[in-house]
Amino acid sequence: MSLDKVKVQHIAMLARLKLADEEYASSVEKLSRIVDFVDQLSQADTSDVRPMAHPLDAAQRLRPDAVTETVERDRYQQNAAAVSDGLYLVPKVIE
Amino acid sequence: MSVYSQTLTELATGLEAGEFTSLELTAALLERIAAHNETLNAFITITADEALAAAARADEARAAGTGGTLNGLPIVHKDIFCTRGVKTSCGSKMLDNFISPYDATVVEKLAAAGAVVLGKTNMDEFAMGSSNETSFYGPVRNPWNLECSPGGSSGGSSASVAARLIPAATGTDTGGSIRQPAALTGTVGLKPTYGRVSRYGMIAFASSLDQAGVITRSAEDAARLLGVMAGFDERDSTSIEQAVPDYLAGIGESIRGLRVGIVRQHFDAGLDEQCGARVKDAIAVLESLGATTVEVDLPNLDLSVPTYYVVAPAECSSNLSRFDGVRFGHRAENAEDLEDLYCRSRGEGFGDEVKRRIMTGTYVLSAGYYDAYYLKAQQVRQLIADDFKQAFADVDLIAGPTTPSPAFKLGDKVDDPIQMYLNDIYTIGANLAGLPAISVPCGLVDDMPVGLHLVSRHFGEETLLRCAHQYQLQTDWHKACPEAFK
Repeated sequence: MSLDKVKVQHIAMLARLKLADEEYASSVEKLSRIVDFVDQLSQADTSDVRPMAHPLDAAQRLRPDAVTETVERDRYQQNAAAVSDGLYLVPKVIE
Repeated sequence: MSVYSQTLTELATGLEAGEFTSLELTAALLERIAAHNETLNAFITITADEALAAAARADEARAAGTGGTLNGLPIVHKDIFCTRGVKTSCGSKMLDNFISPYDATVVEKLAAAGAVVLGKTNMDEFAMGSSNETSFYGPVRNPWNLECSPGGSSGGSSASVAARLIPAATGTDTGGSIRQPAALTGTVGLKPTYGRVSRYGMIAFASSLDQAGVITRSAEDAARLLGVMAGFDERDSTSIEQAVPDYLAGIGESIRGLRVGIVRQHFDAGLDEQCGARVKDAIAVLESLGATTVEVDLPNLDLSVPTYYVVAPAECSSNLSRFDGVRFGHRAENAEDLEDLYCRSRGEGFGDEVKRRIMTGTYVLSAGYYDAYYLKAQQVRQLIADDFKQAFADVDLIAGPTTPSPAFKLGDKVDDPIQMYLNDIYTIGANLAGLPAISVPCGLVDDMPVGLHLVSRHFGEETLLRCAHQYQLQTDWHKACPEAFK
């Protein structure tokens, strides 16, 4: 298999995903198969091919630097689990 | 004819003639949805109160002569489109508690035209799946055979249109998520050109591939809806500034002289023989209407699925990093610290397939692997787009199968990601190259529907819709209705 548990643990850490212990066996197996499957790309001759940046070859559009949004913090914060005085609450970061 | 079996176009005529009001129509369809949803599981949310209020407003607007082009017509939205004041779950536990504070542009435009929204449809979690089995809310069942998948990820949309619960539904298509479910349920599925319809408010999966479209029972209805949904939107940075044609205007014109490309590789061993036969019959109908067929080559077709499964997970891993348990979405309880809050909120909130895609994407973007996977895939993606460009030098559109086989049984492919991914072999190319494509019902194999897949040049929607409509004037496959829902 192209991946092992240590590698998958590293990927999960990078992705900020906590996996249960029993999820690892299946994850290692299935992710290895996906990696093996996409490995066939290495056979393609892509010398001198520019990687695609946009499917329609369009450039990124810019907008005028003007204020367009209104402040609706209270309404948006209704979807948050913990807020106080307009701030989002998270566990203590600095002791 | 009962209202539920009518297309949007027919219903518009009935409303205009005063045969029924939007309120009566909406109430009748809500009743039908309530009667069948337990069997099909096609809806995550039914917005009965909002629908009845919107229908009443539509009736008033009609009386006042101020109704829009879709005034009083019933539709449903895939639950990926943010809808103000309504739960927008994206099929995920992560967003099970999310009430959208704003409307997606698509939702806004359809509402402004007078459409009445009856609910939000079930889907694969974050649109990642081809069978609707990855939904947190359970799989949708195919109205043609309840043991089968309706396809995915827009499975609730395809099943509800096929079962005559609603004449039209929105969908999104990143690798085939409108066209594959349309093919497997005998409905019409249109994925427009990348950038044609705004992605604003459409929960992002893979931003360089995602495009909104529709599932309907006729090409004419798809044209009617696309005309309303399409157009430039400054709130979507990849929206294209190009005028929207009148898609209905040209669909009545003949396809005589249309050059239709047939891809050699499409009819290889991977295709179910009977499906292939139905698709060839459909192509013969196009020829009988005066189209000429030309063999074309897409030499890198086999690489489209592996290319997609690098590019799409890479973009997904980036897009889904916003779900952190802080501002919205699922939040783990009793987190030890901030890191633990992130990791557990995400670990608990996402399902297996979404985690797999995030991890695949994280891997292919990680230090030491980026060039070998992500950069390489974007190069192969360019090769695939070049293949289409070359083919379109000779032809106006490409015709072939939408899927390798008719609908598969629920549970059959759920443990084998690669088999599941290969279901999208014929549809993924259009996403990689940003091309418009449509799936049109073209026959039955063992009583299960099969789709004809048409792909055109960038902004070639008019050609697609005209060809599909002309085909439907000659055939009745789009009128076939699953026995239990007649």
